[in-house]
Amino acid sequence: MDLTYTDEEEAFRARLREWLAVSLPKLPPKPDPLDWPARRSYDTAWQRMLYDAGYAGLHWPEAAGGRGATPTQHLIYLEETEKAGAPYVGANFVGLLHAGPTIAAEGTPGQRARWLPPVLRGDEIWCQGFSEPDAGSDLASLRTKAVRDGDDYVVTGSKIWTSHAEVADWCELLVRTDPEAPKHRGITWLAMPMDAPGITVRPLRTLAGSAEFAEVFLDEVRVPAANRVGAENDGWRVTMVTLSFERGTAFVGEVVACRRTLTELAATARQNGTWDDATIRRQLGLLNAEFTALWRLTQWNVSESQRVGGVPGTGGSVFKLRYSHARQELYDTAARVLGPDSLDLDREWTLDRLSSLSYTIAAGTSQIQRNIVAERILGLPKGR
Amino acid sequence: MDFRLTEDQRALKAAMRELLEARFDRDALRAAVERPELDRSLWRALGDAGFFSLRLPEREGGVGLGLPEAVLVFEEAGRALLPGPLVATHLAAGTVEGAATGESVVTRVDGALVAWLDEADHVLGDASDATAIRSLDPLTPLHRTGGTRTATAVEAVLLSAAEQLGSAARSTDLAVQHARDREQFGQPVGAFQAVKHLCADMLVRTEVARAAVYAAAVTGDPYEIAGAKLLADEAAVRGARDCLQVHGGMGFTWEADVHLHLKRAWVRAGQWQSAQQAAETLASAL
Repeated sequence: MDLTYTDEEEAFRARLREWLAVSLPKLPPKPDPLDWPARRSYDTAWQRMLYDAGYAGLHWPEAAGGRGATPTQHLIYLEETEKAGAPYVGANFVGLLHAGPTIAAEGTPGQRARWLPPVLRGDEIWCQGFSEPDAGSDLASLRTKAVRDGDDYVVTGSKIWTSHAEVADWCELLVRTDPEAPKHRGITWLAMPMDAPGITVRPLRTLAGSAEFAEVFLDEVRVPAANRVGAENDGWRVTMVTLSFERGTAFVGEVVACRRTLTELAATARQNGTWDDATIRRQLGLLNAEFTALWRLTQWNVSESQRVGGVPGTGGSVFKLRYSHARQELYDTAARVLGPDSLDLDREWTLDRLSSLSYTIAAGTSQIQRNIVAERILGLPKGR
Repeated sequence: MDFRLTEDQRALKAAMRELLEARFDRDALRAAVERPELDRSLWRALGDAGFFSLRLPEREGGVGLGLPEAVLVFEEAGRALLPGPLVATHLAAGTVEGAATGESVVTRVDGALVAWLDEADHVLGDASDATAIRSLDPLTPLHRTGGTRTATAVEAVLLSAAEQLGSAARSTDLAVQHARDREQFGQPVGAFQAVKHLCADMLVRTEVARAAVYAAAVTGDPYEIAGAKLLADEAAVRGARDCLQVHGGMGFTWEADVHLHLKRAWVRAGQWQSAQQAAETLASAL
């Protein structure tokens, strides 16, 4: 059990800190959150800065154009960028964290050469077309169909919860190519150009009032068969290769951010007198224990992934279950500290509290995560 | 950074589990429940194995290891429900005659309670006004005193957190085993999501507590130790209660071991540091 960093890791941290101190002031002002093209330019400009400095695709294998950093270096990168207040991965999320790694693992040399460098440089943006109105937790029941016609697939259906669809260049799309096969065996992975005729994007307004997501309607969209990654009907496996293993770093930035929010919250409570309420004060103490432990659990998962080349999704499920709940508790506690101000949308943490309601749903609901933990870690039988 | 257990640490933990399986199996546990006196030969065997002298320097006859290793053997003790004033005797090694070797049993007054007073060769703190109570936990004889808790060594807090961690892990195992074996409505009860989700939550609480306890052992930071105890108390108490629920009627019997974990977890949750104290300590650090 060693929680100290090696000299090499500390040197990496020092270089990164130095670069962040020089580079962050060069960023343009933050864009209006409702202006999608402005957000895209801001996020991609940041990605380009990372690329020029040699930090793009830090955790990607070198063969894919990445830096081949260790999970610990990736952890340090995420910790330091968050602490320095650097921009989030934003519009580059799907390209860097899912579509890119999928192409790196399963694509042909030609596909890797076509799609990976623009992701690393911030030239192209990807979105994700997985969930459908009738395929959420049961993703494999998706129905958007693709029919082969000459050199193309003709795709018809609809996708939902697609972030950055308005400004994306590409969509990593799961389609049904064999409606007769068992549901996991009739799915194919396609890279769909977002400027193809037949695509309609409609913003989806969330309960937080903003349109972070979109619905994407596909009406006989022609996608070249050459854009298929992996074999036809093998798309479920292709997708899971990158989904089922992660490096334990999925929420590093968020945990760092939560610890900072907690400190700010304690300062606010001391100022407005709610600190004298023992219930609130102790709840803040409890959250301190919670987020400290979640940071340690992250280090635990990263250490595990160093050995086996990734944390099985099960380890990630344990973390996500606890983290998503703790983060909701954090903002509920913020509301108690703020009192009447917690109903003012212009106050800090009010919108965060609304956004946090999605954490126990997105990327696998807590109920699905519990099934995964119970069946795959504890070995309990599958139910009817 | 490599947070995983080293090979030596894994071997130490495995050796402790083996020792306890050999010297304190289920029959011994149930015998101890009916006859709450300390097995002095087992106490000396623990001494011989270095359980009490683990952190004493080698030149003083100890094993020369640190808190991380101590946490691992205390986790195993908690898992096995090993009785006795383990923490007090371990902390007395090197200062109280015979503690390091297991020849002496040392207890310490903790606030208004003192455990194992009648069996102890040495009592630290003022137990002059102590009166015996009928202890809720059949494995922990208790006396009441008029004292209140003053300062507690953080090591005591951490080591009892490690015992709670072991108990939480054991409760999870017991619940999962029962959920696999017990059939109702024509299938194992563990196939029902309502039961499955209780078990999943038990594991999550245990693993979060594990990360907290192990990290606190490495850093020795008093705030991390306070947090580790708080989370391990929760994992042990709620874990035992969920384990009881998963066992259904069987969980309410004297015969099942479930209640032994719950009662011990309740005792330990109040020992050395209460939840309120922990929360105040952790708030003060913000």
